[in-house]
Amino acid sequence: MIPAPFEYKRAATLAEAVDLLAANGEDAKLLAGGHSLLPLMKLRLATPALLVDIGRVRELSYVREEGDHVAVGALTRHRDLETSEVLRTHLPLLAHVAGQVGDPQVRHRGTIGGSVAHGDPASDLPAACLALGATFEAVGPNGARSVAASELFKGFLETALGPDEVLTEIRVPKATGVGWSFQKFNRRAQDWAIVGVAALAGPHPGVAMINMGPVPLRATAVEEALVGGASAAEAAARSAEGLDPPGDLNASPEYRRHLAQVLVRRALQEAGVA
Amino acid sequence: MCAMPGNPNRAGGLEAPSVRAGRFTVSVQVNGERREGDVEPRTLLVHWLRDTLGLTGTNIGCDTSSCGACTVLVGGESVKSCTMLAVQADGAEVTTIEGLADGERLHPVQQAFWENHGLQCGYCTPGMVMAAVSLLAEHPHPSEEEVRAGLEGNLCRCTGYHNIVKAVLAAAGATAAARVAS
Ligand SMILES: Cc1cc2nc3c(=O)[nH]c(=O)nc-3n(C[C@H](O)[C@H](O)[C@H](O)COP(=O)(O)OP(=O)(O)OC[C@H]3O[C@@H](n4cnc5c(N)ncnc54)[C@H](O)[C@@H]3O)c2cc1C
Ligand code: FES
Ligand code: FES
Repeated sequence: MIPAPFEYKRAATLAEAVDLLAANGEDAKLLAGGHSLLPLMKLRLATPALLVDIGRVRELSYVREEGDHVAVGALTRHRDLETSEVLRTHLPLLAHVAGQVGDPQVRHRGTIGGSVAHGDPASDLPAACLALGATFEAVGPNGARSVAASELFKGFLETALGPDEVLTEIRVPKATGVGWSFQKFNRRAQDWAIVGVAALAGPHPGVAMINMGPVPLRATAVEEALVGGASAAEAAARSAEGLDPPGDLNASPEYRRHLAQVLVRRALQEAGVA
Repeated sequence: MCAMPGNPNRAGGLEAPSVRAGRFTVSVQVNGERREGDVEPRTLLVHWLRDTLGLTGTNIGCDTSSCGACTVLVGGESVKSCTMLAVQADGAEVTTIEGLADGERLHPVQQAFWENHGLQCGYCTPGMVMAAVSLLAEHPHPSEEEVRAGLEGNLCRCTGYHNIVKAVLAAAGATAAARVAS
């Protein structure tokens, strides 16, 4: 299996990437780690006319402390998140989730920006970003803008980013010492989650779900319950409220709703909610 | 935040690739030797290694990023070469199974697979060995659990994994090897 023919251009800097996208319109696609895009291209489910390779834009690969936030460059690979001391200290949920993505080979190539921009409801890092209340920075021909995590995911594999925009940074409020948990339910090592939950306890609880709808999403009913002082079990009972999970080979919608409640309860308890 | 200069940390890595009628000239350090060639951008690294360079030790199993049979090292790290374009490896160092042994002397991980009978049909073995080399570079003294997790990207249809795990622990010089067997 090989992709359909395409033109290939390599951007050395962010500015060059933005220019290349602006000059080539909807036919161009960014290539970061390639671990979502290339499998789709090999299956000919994606046939972009031009790939703009940003894999070497080193200026977008970093994890930096910035006051009460941590700034993560979009080109930071899963492996670099997993091993980042800054993340382990201030955002252990994010470091842990990165270490649960796929397998080591995938983590050596895949990037957080690619994972977020792909907008797959089955993927792990978007859920972690939602639970942590991250903000996304993007640069396009008209300059830079910020998008809140809750505004980014629009539809199945569809985000609020324009075809001419490059996601540059993920800004995450520090959650030092706050209880957290990540529950990824799958049947075999390496597999994607059938259902997953990323949870952050504390005064501003964040609970996000994997594979419980067409987009990565927050369990707002659970969050509300927690703010209202509910116990882990009470809050978890509301896990599937308002959600319309998919049915597939692995699980029916009913099974996913059940799983969501079990996993949210486990997550909240592990995160320290009574 | 735009337009900061790039940080050229890899030799050749940031130069614009040269174009020849829809083809690119790539230059890759393969098993310590500089190899150059014209490729179509859609050429997968595994095909370039196998079909152009004749390095057929790297197998293709699933062709869908799942089995790990095609694992090679890029910059010392394990990568599924069916899920990487040859142009993405331009300027990098690639190590395949052919590059591990030192003449007649097997690499310690290869030796350990041999001694612990870490293979049956052998199809997964090149990828398994490369994944193990990368794993041991990151975790020189892994626990059994870390070895099992570290090899989760590699499928074996024959061995049931026990002797593979044993081999990797043996290669790490871990005394835990004996425990796995029991
Ligand atoms: C075998 C396998 C198992 C996997 N298992 C999991 C798993 O368990 N959990 C999980 O979460 N993921 C999993 N993944 C997906 C993996 O995490 C991908 O690496 C990730 O989703 C995409 O990142 P990338 O850098 O490879 O992006 P690419 O594939 O290069 O790009 C993905 C999409 O995002 C766009 N894009 C990339 N970067 C940017 C940017 N900076 N700005 C704007 N758009 C951008 C591209 O144009 C493309 O449309 C798996 C992948 C494989 C192959
Ligand atoms: S052939 Fe590459 S992962 Fe199976
Ligand atoms: S030895 Fe046959 S697939 Fe592993």
